[in-house]
Amino acid sequence: MMKVIGKSHQKLDGKERVSGKAVYGHDIELPNMLHGSILRTKYPCAEIISIDTSKALSLDGVECIITANDVDVNNIGYKKDHPILKKGTVNCNRDEIAAVAARTKEIADKAIQLIEVEYKIKEGVYDPFEALKETTPRINEFGKGAEQFGNKNMAESFHYEHGNLEEQKAKSKVIIKKRYELPRVTHACIATSNITAEFNNFDGRLTLWSSTQVPFLYQRDIAHALKMEPSKIRVIQPIIGGGFGSKLDMHPFEPICALLAIKSGKPVQILYSREEEFIASPTRQPMVIELTTGCDENGKFTFREVEIIKDNGAYTSWGATTPFVMMQSYSSLYQVPACKFDSHAVYTNNPFAGSFRGYGNPQATFSIESNIDLMAEELGMSQAEIRLINANYKGEITGQGLHFKTCGAIPALKTVIEKSNYDKIMATPNTGRYRRGVGLGSMLHVGGGAKIYRSDGCGTTLKIDDYGYLTIVTGSNEIGQGSETVLAMIAMEELGIPKEKIKVINTDTDVKPWDVGVHASRTSFVAGNSLLGAIKLIKEKLSKKAIELLDVVTDDWEYANGMMRFNEFEIKLDKVVREMHFASPHELCMVNYFYEPPSKFQDKDFKGDVSGNYAFASQAIEVEVDTVTGNVRVLNVHVSQDVGRVLNPVGLQGQMEGGLATGIGYALTEEMIYEKGVLKNPSFHGYKMLTSTDMPDVHFYPIETYDEAGPYGSKGAGEAPLIPTAAAIANAVSNALGVRFYSLPITAEKVLRALASPTPPKEGLLREAKPVTKHQ
Amino acid sequence: MILTFKINGEWVTQEIKPSLLLIDLIRDVLQLKGTKPGCLEGECGACSVIVNGDAINSCMYLAINVDGKEVTTIEGLENNENPLHQVQEKMLEHGAVQCGFCSPGMVMTTKAYSDKCIAEGITPTREEVKKSLEGNLCRCTGYAKIIDAAEAVYK
Ligand code: FES
Ligand code: FES
Repeated sequence: MMKVIGKSHQKLDGKERVSGKAVYGHDIELPNMLHGSILRTKYPCAEIISIDTSKALSLDGVECIITANDVDVNNIGYKKDHPILKKGTVNCNRDEIAAVAARTKEIADKAIQLIEVEYKIKEGVYDPFEALKETTPRINEFGKGAEQFGNKNMAESFHYEHGNLEEQKAKSKVIIKKRYELPRVTHACIATSNITAEFNNFDGRLTLWSSTQVPFLYQRDIAHALKMEPSKIRVIQPIIGGGFGSKLDMHPFEPICALLAIKSGKPVQILYSREEEFIASPTRQPMVIELTTGCDENGKFTFREVEIIKDNGAYTSWGATTPFVMMQSYSSLYQVPACKFDSHAVYTNNPFAGSFRGYGNPQATFSIESNIDLMAEELGMSQAEIRLINANYKGEITGQGLHFKTCGAIPALKTVIEKSNYDKIMATPNTGRYRRGVGLGSMLHVGGGAKIYRSDGCGTTLKIDDYGYLTIVTGSNEIGQGSETVLAMIAMEELGIPKEKIKVINTDTDVKPWDVGVHASRTSFVAGNSLLGAIKLIKEKLSKKAIELLDVVTDDWEYANGMMRFNEFEIKLDKVVREMHFASPHELCMVNYFYEPPSKFQDKDFKGDVSGNYAFASQAIEVEVDTVTGNVRVLNVHVSQDVGRVLNPVGLQGQMEGGLATGIGYALTEEMIYEKGVLKNPSFHGYKMLTSTDMPDVHFYPIETYDEAGPYGSKGAGEAPLIPTAAAIANAVSNALGVRFYSLPITAEKVLRALASPTPPKEGLLREAKPVTKHQ
Repeated sequence: MILTFKINGEWVTQEIKPSLLLIDLIRDVLQLKGTKPGCLEGECGACSVIVNGDAINSCMYLAINVDGKEVTTIEGLENNENPLHQVQEKMLEHGAVQCGFCSPGMVMTTKAYSDKCIAEGITPTREEVKKSLEGNLCRCTGYAKIIDAAEAVYK
């Protein structure tokens, strides 16, 4: 019987957060600290003729100014195609030209206005299809597209296939080919981007208070950018006001802040304004997906063939690697005998996309789930039935080599179909002003980390002190998702130490052991397993000492209420530790453990069991569409997710609801509107996120499959809730209106336009279909 | 100019520039960092504080306008017997706090609203509770738990 796991526990440092005592990057003030500000380009595509900083420098209170000419640095980014400060050319409206450090933020902002830049404006390229044309000039001078992919503006390319496509096409009774367009949306963390940097010129050490999600990769990246030794850089994470993937890449403002601190000899802080946050922080990948899928006369899927053009923007971030995740959904969400996947990220003069919760999967899932409904329609089969007969099952090894040792796909689907009254709603005639519809969407995502870096591991150090307090030093990070609470719960469960006596230390790279970082829904899984490994070691230590002290022979101790117990023998934990410490041979009660998940690297064809386990989920979403205003209202969301095992119910529910809110925004309201590379809605007023009144009722049904790879059988859960949401909503709107939408968001205007068209078009609703250009 | 006002129960007199915003007075001059800057454009509610019983966005409010008035920030909810206000307790119980950057604003908005409801002897409906929080954005929680917590204040 579990005492702690599976029961709701409040957030470990929730009191600090809810009382305003938690220290975020915005709250840090160091002695003599300066404030930094960045000059960004006026035009998204131009040549820089000259930069004159003299007026700005003479402004009282300005301490230093840097431009590309003042610094000796390396390019940054996943493809090292991104200069921190630009010279020669600017390629997108985020581009950093100069940075100022001044005594106050106002002075720094004023100084920025005084920097004179002369530009030669160029016609930019804002459409990736245009960028692929022979006649289009090269956009990123560091891009290796010509050598690597046969097209100068290709930033990254992925190809995957399994099965015999032609054979499966021949078997198909129905083939559906559709083109989907996905918008640019952004994380919109409520805390804007921030960093504080301090340089010690005695020993050449740099301290960064940074909101990164991946401190150890970040340390290495900053070191490379600044040509420093990584170990001279100490990364301290203050409390982070939202991540969602936005802090996976290191962004130019971070090394810029470090450079200002190095040059001025004083600490420097950069805080983004909300407008700057919209303009200059990452986005989800916009893309055009052309998906062809088939099924036989019984509705069994035969093949999927997909061609994706992603708008990479001007530089390449981790976001370019989202096809790793997308191809898993195309190859392995449902049983698919044959699959061919091609994805090309193309440079444009748009801002570059980064990584965002779901990592390409919401886009892929939207296309897959829409095509499934279309195939069912064509066959005259129920949308529920076609999913059930193709769903994944336990024991399956997919064409890509993903091994589903446990699988809750069918139970999840069945649950949401039943709970949402799917059949009844679908059978209800739908006329009048308000039309109701329900739609289904399922998803597959990694649940046990993802081996994409050389190690997907996490280290843990444990210490029990003379008073029976436990310190967990974990490599993993907390970005609000609640992982540190889960770690404390595991320790409470295993060691019987109460919550008040547990400390989690996880914010300082000088102290904590290595970990990849927060991504791929991995933290509870990887850090949890690492902690369990460490606990096993510390129990061995405690057991050895207790045996000696009590003169019994056992390794079957019960740990509860700060005691170790075996039959009639018992001893206080702190007493054991003190004896260990103060009596010969004088030892500390400390251990180190490193956990590396059993997942494998994929081979060069992207085949292999890449994650420790896999999460499955289905959603049935009920909407009501107002045919007069075009508004879509989400009424009910039924979510069923294979989480392996519920660790902290209240934390899990929070992840569900938060993910869904972002997913609903993606489906219905959120879109960054660009005109020729310039963002037209950089504010919360123009960029419509959900508010409290838009949130529907959420009905969550966890499926527990007890996967042996995860801590207590659990699987990663954080990203999944938003992955199938847009897909299910689009299907619901289509079922309500009989009109299908192939692009997001499904705004009121789009609905009205679709309803106004005399014969609602079945495809290519919002844009002329363009052929997907193939590269050589 | 000279400003005299009550903050978290204490009268203070402060020399300020007329253009100073209330949020800057609170965070920079008085060093009360619990009030959060989410947008400084009046759109997110992270900077909510209570002035004479009403929750307002301190980023849209000139400091001079609090002259002679009573301001409560998140720090003002703490007292010796109760380190947390009931609204905060409910938020924690219901799991309404994730990254927490919106939380002080959510707390202040809920407190102002519930104080009024309780004074008037009204128990608001769930829809009314939702409405009261409409000006406060949260990117982490999807609001459901925050609404649950705010409703629980009346139980
Ligand atoms: S900071 Fe005041 S409303 Fe956003
Ligand atoms: S908890 Fe993160 S913004 Fe609300």
